Amino acid sequence: MTGTIEVDDVVVRYGEVLALDGVSLSVRPGRVTGLIGMNGSGKSTLFKTIMGIVRPEQGRVLVDGGEPAAARRRGLVGYVPQSEEVDWAFPVSVRDVVMMGRYGRLGLTRRARPADHAAVADALERVELTGYADRQIGRLSGGQRKRAFVARGIAQDARVLLLDEPFAGVDKRSEATIVRLLRELADDGRTVLVSTHDLHALPRLADEAALLLRRVLFHGEVPEALRPENLARTFGLEEGVA
Amino acid sequence: MSPLDLLLEPLQYDFMVRAIVTTVIAAVVCALLSCWLVLVGWSLMGDAVSHAVLPGVVLAYVLGAPFAVGALVFGFLAVALIGAIRGTSRVKEDAAIGIVFTTLFALGLVLISVTPSQTDLNHIIFGNILGVSEADLVQIAVLAAIAFAVLVVKRRDLTLYAFDPMHAHAIGLSPRFLGALLLGLLALTAVVALQVVGVILVVAMLIIPGATAYLLTDRFGRMLVIAPVMSALCSVLGIYLSYWLDAASGGLVVIVQGAAFAVVYLFAPRHGLLGKRLTAGRRRAAARPGAL
Repeated sequence: MTGTIEVDDVVVRYGEVLALDGVSLSVRPGRVTGLIGMNGSGKSTLFKTIMGIVRPEQGRVLVDGGEPAAARRRGLVGYVPQSEEVDWAFPVSVRDVVMMGRYGRLGLTRRARPADHAAVADALERVELTGYADRQIGRLSGGQRKRAFVARGIAQDARVLLLDEPFAGVDKRSEATIVRLLRELADDGRTVLVSTHDLHALPRLADEAALLLRRVLFHGEVPEALRPENLARTFGLEEGVA
Repeated sequence: MSPLDLLLEPLQYDFMVRAIVTTVIAAVVCALLSCWLVLVGWSLMGDAVSHAVLPGVVLAYVLGAPFAVGALVFGFLAVALIGAIRGTSRVKEDAAIGIVFTTLFALGLVLISVTPSQTDLNHIIFGNILGVSEADLVQIAVLAAIAFAVLVVKRRDLTLYAFDPMHAHAIGLSPRFLGALLLGLLALTAVVALQVVGVILVVAMLIIPGATAYLLTDRFGRMLVIAPVMSALCSVLGIYLSYWLDAASGGLVVIVQGAAFAVVYLFAPRHGLLGKRLTAGRRRAAARPGAL
């Protein structure tokens, strides 16, 4: 099966700060994997390392069995950013954003062909945003914005989808829609890695969970991940740690 | 005198025709680029690069090289120095920008003061639109055509870079390359515009049109039409005003652009200060039962 992510003993340091301290993690296709950790636990850094934006000073990352750069060039990697990373006043429509998922396969000027317009329309329909295609991206609700970016990953036909905190600022109904969508994408055989600190959605969302605090404390079934002693270690509530 | 004469009289002078053609060319290219600069948040960087190219232009003049080459070298040098200072000291970016561009600009001033020349190099600082020669016009047209072509061909990549560089990276594009491309175009465009308004005011042509268009539309494609059209009209109006008022042409070009921005800032239908309320009020009135 294509689309595995192999993270092997990765160390990342920002100056003096140790962000990742020997992270090893294997993420499989056809599953939704939840990445759980508090702010500053290294979730975003791990995503950036998988995408090749941050270079580890030790260890390596393989995507689909090869270098991340090769996987990116093949358009395998889709990314749904955190809300704070996006300029919501940017003058692009929902359709424009989804079309950006197709750019990797377009020519010099990225002029869309009929097949690309069809793929964008399909993706919009799948996330139930067809009627919103011509809206400016910021004129959507929190949940709709997330779905627009998921649609971009679908239009891209990414085999590996990385979602950074997709439930932050999202109402319950949209959350349910996004959970259903991610389940479908995993059932298609895609690799879905979701960082979240929303533990309530986890049992419905994820097949497995990894607990992160600069290193992977636990990786396995969701019910076991949610056991109090595991969560206490993940969120630094253990005695003597704080 | 009829209104038509007001328009036609200046055109009997070749220097006025050249001035207007040059201004329109520079206004269009600067305005296109400004759409990306205001969205990436590079207005300050535009200011820095457009000042920092001065020593490059003077050295190019001395060496007999094209101005654009000198400008590109010093444009990139400025950006590299700003990045180095920010990255290797506790000085923040705005201070680093301030230090680097003023120092390079000052170097340019010193170089001008010790360079003997037939043409007045001070024109680089304040612009000399009425003194544009045939040869100047050709050089400006060529540089502008290059910048225009690159911007149009790479417009979707640059927009992606401005909107979501992480996604650009994820699909195998290089955000670093796209950023460098934008910087190169910035240096190139600064050379085009410095003939018109001079180094000091170039930044106005690199910020105001994009900012104005941004207040008028939520579609980037439309910004790319509105900004150049408005900028060209404002600039030509500025040139005419300078002819009839016998005042500084570069200054008037910028003042008219600033005035246009002020009008849009107040009255733009959706994003204007007053326009927002007027539009909302009209909508309420239309929604009232019995309203026409």
